[in-house]
Amino acid sequence: MSQSVNNQSDVIIIGGGLMGASAAFFLRQRNRSVTLLETGLIGQQASGVNFGNVRRQGRPLFQLPLAGRASPIWRNMNALLGEDVEYIQSGHMRVCYRERAELADSFETYAREARQYGLDLEILSGNALRQKFPFLGPDVYAGSYSATDGHANPRLAAPAFGRAAARLGGNICENTEVVRAEKDGVDFRVTAKDGRVFKAPVLLVTAGAWANALSEQFGEPVPLTPRGPNMSVTEPVPYTLMPTVGVSTPLEIETVYFRQIPRGNIIIGGSTRAASYPDIRRAYVKPENTLTQLREIRRLVPALGRLNIIRTWSGIEGYMPDSLPAMGPSGTTSGLYYAFGFSGSGFQVGPAVGDVMAELIDEGATTTPIEMYDIRRLKPVVV
Amino acid sequence: MAPRFYRLAETGRKVVNLTLDGQPVAALEGDTLMVALLSAHGHLRRSEFGDGPRAGFCLMGACQDCWVWTEDGERLRSCSTAVSDGLNIRTNPPEVSWSDVL
Amino acid sequence: MVGRALNTLKVVIIGAGPAGVRAAQTLVAAGVRPTVIDEGRRAGGQIYRRQPDNFTRSPETLYGTEASRAQGIHDTFDGLVDQIDYLPETLVWNISDGRVFAVSEKRETTIEYDALIICSGATDRLMPVKGWDMAGVYSLGGSQVALKSQAVSIGQRVIFMGTGPLLYLVASQYLKAGAGVVAVLDTSSFIKRVVAAPKLMSAPDALINGLKFTLALKAAGVPVLTGIRPLEITGDADSGVSGLIFETGAGERHEIKGDAVAMGYHLRPETQLADLTRCEFAFDEKSHLWYPKVDEDGRATTANVYLAGDGARILGARAAEVSGKLTALACLKDAGVSVSDNEIMALRQDMAGWKRFAAGLREAFPWPAEQAAKLPDETVVCRCEAITAGELRRTVNAMGAKEANRAKAFSRVGMGRCQGRYCALAGAEIIAAAAGIPVSEAGRLRGQAPVKPLPICIEDDEAAAAISTVRELTK
Ligand SMILES: Cc1cc2nc3c(=O)[nH]c(=O)nc-3n(C[C@H](O)[C@H](O)[C@H](O)COP(=O)(O)OP(=O)(O)OC[C@H]3O[C@@H](n4cnc5c(N)ncnc54)[C@H](O)[C@@H]3O)c2cc1C
Ligand SMILES: Cc1cc2nc3c(=O)[nH]c(=O)nc-3n(C[C@H](O)[C@H](O)[C@H](O)COP(=O)(O)OP(=O)(O)OC[C@H]3O[C@@H](n4cnc5c(N)ncnc54)[C@H](O)[C@@H]3O)c2cc1C
Ligand code: FES
Repeated sequence: MSQSVNNQSDVIIIGGGLMGASAAFFLRQRNRSVTLLETGLIGQQASGVNFGNVRRQGRPLFQLPLAGRASPIWRNMNALLGEDVEYIQSGHMRVCYRERAELADSFETYAREARQYGLDLEILSGNALRQKFPFLGPDVYAGSYSATDGHANPRLAAPAFGRAAARLGGNICENTEVVRAEKDGVDFRVTAKDGRVFKAPVLLVTAGAWANALSEQFGEPVPLTPRGPNMSVTEPVPYTLMPTVGVSTPLEIETVYFRQIPRGNIIIGGSTRAASYPDIRRAYVKPENTLTQLREIRRLVPALGRLNIIRTWSGIEGYMPDSLPAMGPSGTTSGLYYAFGFSGSGFQVGPAVGDVMAELIDEGATTTPIEMYDIRRLKPVVV
Repeated sequence: MAPRFYRLAETGRKVVNLTLDGQPVAALEGDTLMVALLSAHGHLRRSEFGDGPRAGFCLMGACQDCWVWTEDGERLRSCSTAVSDGLNIRTNPPEVSWSDVL
Repeated sequence: MVGRALNTLKVVIIGAGPAGVRAAQTLVAAGVRPTVIDEGRRAGGQIYRRQPDNFTRSPETLYGTEASRAQGIHDTFDGLVDQIDYLPETLVWNISDGRVFAVSEKRETTIEYDALIICSGATDRLMPVKGWDMAGVYSLGGSQVALKSQAVSIGQRVIFMGTGPLLYLVASQYLKAGAGVVAVLDTSSFIKRVVAAPKLMSAPDALINGLKFTLALKAAGVPVLTGIRPLEITGDADSGVSGLIFETGAGERHEIKGDAVAMGYHLRPETQLADLTRCEFAFDEKSHLWYPKVDEDGRATTANVYLAGDGARILGARAAEVSGKLTALACLKDAGVSVSDNEIMALRQDMAGWKRFAAGLREAFPWPAEQAAKLPDETVVCRCEAITAGELRRTVNAMGAKEANRAKAFSRVGMGRCQGRYCALAGAEIIAAAAGIPVSEAGRLRGQAPVKPLPICIEDDEAAAAISTVRELTK
């Protein structure tokens, strides 16, 4: 049977989100044979429904090398993949409100430190802020502007990686849910729900919010909480809001961010995240969270009050207690690697995660620091 | 441009005055904004994606094809909005960008 | 819900068409005070839509043979107004955790319910044709609304095209009102009607009315052609429609002139609200429609959710009245009220008759699914986003999207303002044809709130309070 040919490869990847699909692509570029197993379709979960923010600023400083590695990939992605993923370097603006003026100081500090990582930020307040961004509401006090951040279309990015990986000879298996993974001598033995078995000496788990079910099988359970951020989108209106703007605040209910795409629609995210349901692969928007989100977007850009939203959605994202992913080699099993738990900010770093994991698997080491994401730092929740 | 809609009855109603792209339009009390505009004009707006003028489709608030702009940057669904005196409507987004006015 | 005192039972009815009105009446008679929410300014729903207060046409002019039924619904509703909580001009935009989220005058009203009866009705079912995105093309229902509630015609020389009983009804209403009717072009062939006649006989008066409309049109010299295939609505971008090119059953090509086209292929249910309550759906092979699953009396698969009228099954206005009543009785029964089994049996029997009649209509005026595969690539499928059949096919062929939601994610078909109401059904046929799969496998677009555009400036006291509470706590 042809299956016996196909079911052995150098690397098996479980989970076809942006992490898994880009890892498959970069592994193929390094000439490793790859089998990517995905329960549903490539990029249908968090990677396909997220807000689309491709921003570096605001990430912990130690994450900037990883984020910086993603930037050139995003910029060249259309050429790299041969498909348009609608990336635009629109600029990204992080703002704080007057009542939290102290955050402006932290913007300054962050900007100073981020410069060492090649991220140039411009701090704006007063007239300079109003002149550059006349649409911001009166409560906005100061902002940190990153000219080299942007946004892309999440519905297209991961599937484009998947198709590009397939064109390079990757074995992309959609509608393939993995139920068991174990190490059997030199090979990992991975069993799908329908009984198919796949084997490889290297296993990479990029199973997003579902990853605990797999890491657990190797004695490494993780405290992953599935949550669903709220998204809305407006009707199309003339394209005038170039940069992505997000509010920095410690209060989740107050957080809000938006981006406008050249077609005209404005995508809005933020406010209280709801529970989400990995078991049924669905996340539902709670209407009350839409209502608080709309209230807060009016505070950020009052003129948006004139428009209407035409659609809302959410997605399933796995959150770690420290908001950092599990990324790197397993602590228990050689040949096993993880890259999951990106806690609401994995889209921008996604392509770099794939690139780094491919490098790590191919060369045994990576030039990008990832020690802080070691799975061994995490203690499972005691239920 | 020729009007799109033609009145067949109920023409004895009170006149209501509005403006469409700066031109006066005489409507009748009880008209929806859509009927008022299309009884005087051929379309309501232009498709955002360049495929020409649009004049609504369903008249029952389902297709959302009939949204128009007011002079001060508001959006109205014309098939389910009653006309009122002094409405100032545009078939194109206002010149001052809709996002500039706070 | 069981054991609740009836006067504290919170039943919300969405929709004040024939189904909603009869449901409300039945609940009130049992001692319940339901909340009735309707988006329209006046109750009556689609077919018995009322004209504005200052209009003077008689019910006979407006509703023809259905005048007394219309009056019946309006009078019943007017008589109920003091015994219900009526929220007109209020749109239900989402449903979650036993609460209905509604907006009126840019203000949010959130209402808890013990039971929810959704009577959301139907809208026109459309198959795209090249040029249907031009100004001057209207849905058949829309052209009727223009006449019924505004006393205008959509043009001076109107071409009626599509299939279904509404095609002949609206064309004859236009004729009677003095509008110019150029032609009636039906995609279904006459022989289908003959074959369906026995089923149509289950509602002889409706059948006879239908025949009368056709005769009146023919008597007035309006060409009535069956078995046609529309090829293109002609015109130019600036002035809109100028005519229609079609092919006859015999394969001849014709062009007719007109300044407006009214088109529709019978109706599709408005099921977004049912979807938001997370009801299960099933594909109906005969009509190529996805319907929410309901039991014989209208119970949906979600607890305490009931569906009646055309929003549950396209069975027509008279069936909507019956199912409104039946569903309200089911709701009462589930609340522990003793209801007459005989009455339920009789209503179920009525419904069976209407189902038979509807099956006849479906066979006489079938959805022309086969047209989808023949649409030229440049035909706009999604009017909202101006996406063509070619672009949709590309997502199937080049990007592997063989399912409606996937194709929507890649192509934007179904992502526009209308939430897929006018493109989803034809879109699924195009996907299925391109992928070589049955249309049921192409699936259906999942409903997403808001059901219709929601103003960002919506005011909500609870949202304001939630935010300020959090702010206070952290000060
Ligand atoms: C609504 C929302 C908004 C967001 N906004 C942003 C943003 O603006 N910017 C940003 O940087 N990040 C954002 N994020 C986060 C970002 O989307 C995620 O961090 C990122 O997409 C995670 O990618 P992933 O590949 O790890 O996970 P996923 O995309 O969820 O992929 C995991 C895949 O694994 C598959 N899988 C799981 N278990 C199995 C199994 N047993 N067998 C086979 N397959 C399996 C799943 O089906 C899934 O497809 C947002 C997330 C959400 C939900
Ligand atoms: C345009 C059109 C014209 C028709 N004309 C005829 C005709 O001439 N003759 C004929 O026999 N049949 C006609 N039909 C079919 C007929 O309308 C239906 O069979 C009948 O009206 C069904 O009754 P109903 O109560 O199920 O729904 P409807 O009468 O459609 O009532 C549904 C009600 O629900 C309300 N509603 C829906 N969603 C929401 C929401 N989210 N929030 C608040 N309110 C909501 C609507 O405003 C509406 O009033 C027509 C249908 C359409 C669509
Ligand atoms: S014409 Fe369809 S919503 Fe107004």
